[in-house]
Amino acid sequence: MLHSQTSETSPPSDRRAAMALLAQAPRTLMAAGLEGIEEADGASDVRAPEIGLVMVRGRMGGGGRPFNLGEATVTRCTVRLPDGTIGVAHLLGRDRARARLAAICDALWQRVETREAIEARVLAPVREARAAEDATVRAETAATRVDFFTMVRGED
Amino acid sequence: MYVAVKGGERAIENAHRLLADERRGDRTLPSITLEQIAGQLSLAVDRVMAEGSLFDRDLAALAVKQARGDLIEAIFLIRAYRTTLPRFGATHPIETAAMRVRRRISATFKDLPGGQLLGPTFDYTHRLLDPDLAGDPDLPAPALRPELPTAMPRVTDLLGNEGLIEADPAETGEPVGDLTREPLSFPADRDLRLQGLARGDEGYLLALAYSTQRGYGRTHPFVGEIRMGEVEVEIDVPELGFSVVIGRITVTECQMVNQFKGSAKAPPAFTRGYGLAFGHQERKAMSMALVDRSLRAGELGEDRTAPAQDEEFVLSHCDNVQSTGFVEHLKLPHYVDFQAELDLVRRMRTEVAEKREAAE
Repeated sequence: MLHSQTSETSPPSDRRAAMALLAQAPRTLMAAGLEGIEEADGASDVRAPEIGLVMVRGRMGGGGRPFNLGEATVTRCTVRLPDGTIGVAHLLGRDRARARLAAICDALWQRVETREAIEARVLAPVREARAAEDATVRAETAATRVDFFTMVRGED
Repeated sequence: MYVAVKGGERAIENAHRLLADERRGDRTLPSITLEQIAGQLSLAVDRVMAEGSLFDRDLAALAVKQARGDLIEAIFLIRAYRTTLPRFGATHPIETAAMRVRRRISATFKDLPGGQLLGPTFDYTHRLLDPDLAGDPDLPAPALRPELPTAMPRVTDLLGNEGLIEADPAETGEPVGDLTREPLSFPADRDLRLQGLARGDEGYLLALAYSTQRGYGRTHPFVGEIRMGEVEVEIDVPELGFSVVIGRITVTECQMVNQFKGSAKAPPAFTRGYGLAFGHQERKAMSMALVDRSLRAGELGEDRTAPAQDEEFVLSHCDNVQSTGFVEHLKLPHYVDFQAELDLVRRMRTEVAEKREAAE
């Protein structure tokens, strides 16, 4: 499998983080973000988007031995850019177009020339949207926190 | 001899056409959308995901619509659909301690790190019908209390520090049992039991859980913790050589804390039952935790006397697709079988009558 130079120099943890964000990225955002990036148009399918299942596991008691909880739908896709960079995506759900866009974004992210564009146009907005959503959920949930107080009764 | 009888095709076709019309309801009203079902009947959708054993909100909403709100029928549709897809692999076990919590309560500790978060709950409502909901009333936006993320350790981890409660069963490295791949045989390990319960019928598990409370295999339970929210799903991708997060799913977890008087080997301590379900499925997770604990009777040296302690009984009947298949098949034509029985009963009656005549 061909790798662009940058994929070997970039630590996988960064790419992991980028892929985790891409997994949450809306299709329209990625499509808009890829506009005008020439390499994106030249991407070809190594493995066309494919829908399947993953078995989601839990742990007994939350932290113990694993068990099978149930399945979830997943779409996976692998693309190759004209320069040989391989992009991969695995996302929950059954949106083939979204999986292909995420794979293209992953490939572009690995190249020094296009990483900045992907960061700015796709990853940053997703990161912000996610942080905002989480903050709202946290604030809504925190508003339902019980603030206990003790009533002193009787004479003693 | 097997005699095939033909002739139902037209009737079946027309029956399904009639079904589609009934499903659609009043055609002067707009058809209900999947977004409306997923958004406004979200707990029905969650139940279909949990018992259909497939996390996919859109598919579950479609199943609810197609099944006219018959949830067992919807679950059946989801189970059938999943058999059409290849399985890519298994996820890392989800980390419920790292959940984005939307609800978290404990009935055992008032003050715990992170606090008691009621979230969107029916608890403490008055269960009075709200006539306003017949329309589309204006609603205030949810109250907000902005704050920084706080750690929300599981209650059982807090108790565990003192050794008062049994630890989580340690990972053995053994393959994880999967009852969708291998037929269930007994005795079944706890991994298979939990899988069976997680996809089991909520009503059935609720009844069994209730039976343990009423004395049929008593376990003295307390809700150590219930939490609901989103967890990340992570898979290994062999071609990458590292794992990636592929999205988030909603789950409900229940930690039941139960009495245990100790045995020859172990001092008295609290034991645990565990419940975990897709979506916001609190009743399900609680029932599952109670039944999980009662199925551990053998392991904990307790007498197995009640139905909820009998794993073969519990697991063989908890799947509502299996149950409905066997119960409902009775309404399909059994003309030939019945003809045979009819013949037999007639012959027996003749024999009895002849004997009586001979005796007279």
